[in-house]
Amino acid sequence: MTTRIFGSGIRRREDPRLITGGATYTDDVQLPGMVHAAILRSPHAHAKISSIDTSAASGAPGVVAVYTGADTDGVLNPIPCAWLPPDCDIKAVDHPAIAKDVVRYQGDAVAVVVAEDRYQAEDALELIKVDYEILPSVVNPEAAMQAGAPQIHEDAPNNQAFHWVADGGDSDAAFANADVIVKETIIQQRLIPHAMEPRSAVANWTVAMGELTLWSTSQNPHIVRFLGSLVTGIPEHKIRVIATEVGGGFGSKLPMYADEMIISFCSMQLNRPVKWTATRSEGFLATIHGRDHVEHVELAATREGKITGIRSVVYAGMGAYLSTAGPGVPTILHGLIYSGPYDIGATKADIYGVFSNTTPVDTCRGAGRPEATFLIERLIDLLAVELGTDPVELRRKNLIPKFEDGHDVASGITYDSGDYEPLLNMVLGHVDYQALRQEQARMRERGAYMGIGVTCYVEICGLGPSQVAGAVGFGGGLWESAIVRFHPTGKVNAYIGTSPHGQGEETTFAQIIADELGVDVDDVGVIHGDTSNTPMGWGTYGSRTSTVGGAAVALAARKIKEKARLLAAHLLEAAEADVEYEDGKFFVKGSPDRSKTIQEIATMANVAWNMPEGMEPGLEASAFYDPPNFVYPFGTHLAVVEVDPDNGHIEVKRYVAGDDCGPQINPMIVEGQVHGGVVHGVGQALWEGVVYDENGQLLTGSMTDYALPRAHMFPDMEILSTVTPSPHNPLGVKGIGETGAIASTVTIYNAVIDALRPLGVTHIDMPLTPEKVWQAIRQGQGS
Amino acid sequence: MFATEFEYKKASSISEAIQLLSSNEGAKILAGGHSLLPMMKLRLARPTMVIDIGGIEEMRGISVENGTLRIGALTTHAQIADSHVVQEAAGILWETAYGIGDPQVRNRGTIGGNVSHADPASDLPTVLTVVDAKFTIQGQGGITRRGSRTVSAGDFFVGPFTTVLAENEVLTAIEIPVLAENQKAEYAKMAHPATSFAVVGAGVVLTVDNNNVCTAARVAVGGLTPTPTRGPSVEAALVGKELTDENIAAATALIDGDLGSDILGDIFASAEYRRAMAAIELKHAIFHATGLAHH
Repeated sequence: MTTRIFGSGIRRREDPRLITGGATYTDDVQLPGMVHAAILRSPHAHAKISSIDTSAASGAPGVVAVYTGADTDGVLNPIPCAWLPPDCDIKAVDHPAIAKDVVRYQGDAVAVVVAEDRYQAEDALELIKVDYEILPSVVNPEAAMQAGAPQIHEDAPNNQAFHWVADGGDSDAAFANADVIVKETIIQQRLIPHAMEPRSAVANWTVAMGELTLWSTSQNPHIVRFLGSLVTGIPEHKIRVIATEVGGGFGSKLPMYADEMIISFCSMQLNRPVKWTATRSEGFLATIHGRDHVEHVELAATREGKITGIRSVVYAGMGAYLSTAGPGVPTILHGLIYSGPYDIGATKADIYGVFSNTTPVDTCRGAGRPEATFLIERLIDLLAVELGTDPVELRRKNLIPKFEDGHDVASGITYDSGDYEPLLNMVLGHVDYQALRQEQARMRERGAYMGIGVTCYVEICGLGPSQVAGAVGFGGGLWESAIVRFHPTGKVNAYIGTSPHGQGEETTFAQIIADELGVDVDDVGVIHGDTSNTPMGWGTYGSRTSTVGGAAVALAARKIKEKARLLAAHLLEAAEADVEYEDGKFFVKGSPDRSKTIQEIATMANVAWNMPEGMEPGLEASAFYDPPNFVYPFGTHLAVVEVDPDNGHIEVKRYVAGDDCGPQINPMIVEGQVHGGVVHGVGQALWEGVVYDENGQLLTGSMTDYALPRAHMFPDMEILSTVTPSPHNPLGVKGIGETGAIASTVTIYNAVIDALRPLGVTHIDMPLTPEKVWQAIRQGQGS
Repeated sequence: MFATEFEYKKASSISEAIQLLSSNEGAKILAGGHSLLPMMKLRLARPTMVIDIGGIEEMRGISVENGTLRIGALTTHAQIADSHVVQEAAGILWETAYGIGDPQVRNRGTIGGNVSHADPASDLPTVLTVVDAKFTIQGQGGITRRGSRTVSAGDFFVGPFTTVLAENEVLTAIEIPVLAENQKAEYAKMAHPATSFAVVGAGVVLTVDNNNVCTAARVAVGGLTPTPTRGPSVEAALVGKELTDENIAAATALIDGDLGSDILGDIFASAEYRRAMAAIELKHAIFHATGLAHH
């Protein structure tokens, strides 16, 4: 028996080129005659543009052109928002690519300089004179909705972008009849989803062809082409978007940005290729931010600890404009998943989307689900304290029992499959939870503060059925497609619509195909990221690439195999019914020597010397996969932390991640995704957070002020898993790219508060910096 | 991330560097580049000329002579961290160098460039102050009427990003008294999670006799004050005392009175918090120095 390639932790084939500098990123693209752009950005959070004088900049050395918003009139359409949830009075405000009369956040584009080199462009930027009339600004989403707050868009009174409510079950009754209610105000602080590669674009307009080629650091080049055609007016078939090598996204490269359209505009005006790469400082201001919720949440329960209801009022910051998927994050991806893994009769999410004078907010790893998991799990820990019960036993008591094909929750969605308790038990057993609690008690006696956080979660990903996409206002489909093709030598290429940018699908999709077709994994190549040679796809985000795109690849491979079987029967001169298949080989039943490998058949199909009557030459297939439902990965995470009460320093002593993403295509890559996701989520708990001053000036505008997690801040992670296949896709797989970020923030948070409980601490706003912890301890002891 | 235009000159000797510095207003010395270049890329620094002293061999090197450790100003953090000579002579500096930045920073950044930049959050100013380092400064005799001069670390730092270096002077070497067998030296810090720079750093050099009694003490804190601050009250309270938990705690608490009122604060750590942490980090440093590190 050979080892199955599906499920094998083989090394990523992407890595040799990435770690040896052999990859070609957008910024590496060099074209003849290429010029360079730099974008002037508003230094103010909110201001009227009284005048712009570009004359000095236009005459500066090397400058080819200077454009302002007025130049784009009638040429560039506004930047669209592509996710407009229905029935929530959403205000799809005008978002010009270059601001015209008003700037609404620090970083709003005001002008663009194109020069022979980037230094000249940057020098010329300093020569543009803009007279601003500064307007009052507001950054906090709850404050932005208060009477008297500065108004950001004329057609969005009270800065309300939308008001969306998901009310499942009878939440009023649940709270009216509750024995116990616990409440909390949670600040999901604003984050910046940093990728190692900054955003970059190279636009090449060829006037003779009327065609635009755009290299773009995108997670979804087909969407950039789709939306780009709406913004530029160039027909979709005359736009080619290339995003073959993208150095990380984490949600930040999902949106359709103004900048890429500005660069395309410049190329179209000048008939020359134009390059722009964001500086890191520019990225802080003009690449989307994430989270930014002010949440008032509460949980209802019986005295016995049965949870009966969860409800929220959330002010979700949208920033100055609605970014591509921004409105979908606090609503669909957050408000529908308040049940988590628990049997809860009623959940209500009351969500206000709010404009503020800040960088637009969109998807940041987990997008909505970390926020939901956080509020559920935080409230349960508060309930445990209130009831004087163990937080783990309280969770266990409320878990949904095992189900294999569908479980409806209060919000109206249907989970795919779940078996939550075994993973909880596995994690508890792994750490010997009772012994840990005893150790905690002993440590407290000698003035040492260790805390334990345990999270059970379910998340919604693998976006998703297209019919649902339409119903929830997503401006596109959510299916995926793939073409799998045998070449004459028996080697295979797959052309996929999704667009991996670090997740390793060149490896894992090759594993799927090798497994389906019985060929060596090294005989399979995966092509992605270029709209000119890949089939339509909606992109890589929402942990959907393997579940939806992987399914399309598998289905295409299965179609090929079926055709190969027919051709094999013909070539082996046997009846179809007598042809059997094993490990890449077709053979005649009872005569294993009369056989042909699928690669031999591929050669014969390609030369087509001897085809059955009516069979087309070639051996390839395309498949479209539109999933019948989302997938719902789940798990239990546990953290042990120790807090030094002298200085408030937190040390993560242990982190155990137990996740069930169904069958694992490549366990090593799964583990890597868990590592990265956990680090991202712990970053939010302990270090990361955007700070604006009262004038909307970004104070955390560089890597020296915005602290990203680093390897040395973590212990070795302990990774556990169970396998519960999803019935909703042919591979049974569920997403794993975001689970770490979804579970880890609250796991660490609860562990820290657990550690500090003897000191009277019940709440600290994130990130849990040493000073905040120290101040909380002082206040806790003083009260 | 794109510097303004500047002229680049490579100096082949200290005197040439000083000559260039003296005759070009707005010129800046480039050593390892880890302070100057980021400022230039952000256009916060706009020198008209950059004088690269990286090739001046006489400014490199580590040696010990007559009880003094001499380190050329161009010696990189990595070279210090890799040096057994430094480890033996001044373990506190050796260990601190290893904790600076990351390998790339340590491979390029220099001890002289670091202290000339005088970032209050940098570790080396505090450590060099507590070990009583002497800085050798070379000027142009004809113009400044000062040829070479020596300034102690305690006098070198004037304020944030400001030193006694005149416009046309260059720091060429740093000399440190070799620590004696009975001297325990340690540096402890609360590191900023983004940069590992010191939010509060504390250095101690304690002379300890066979009965665990402190017979001499130098302590200094940095990160929270514009320049490294000595703790005379702490020093006085330590001397003559046995180094017990209680005595250490009582002595380090006195740093508050030595700090003055000019305490730095930012969005990560307020002045109030940093002030309170000075005693904590001093305590950590002494615990580490005396082997009571289980605290």
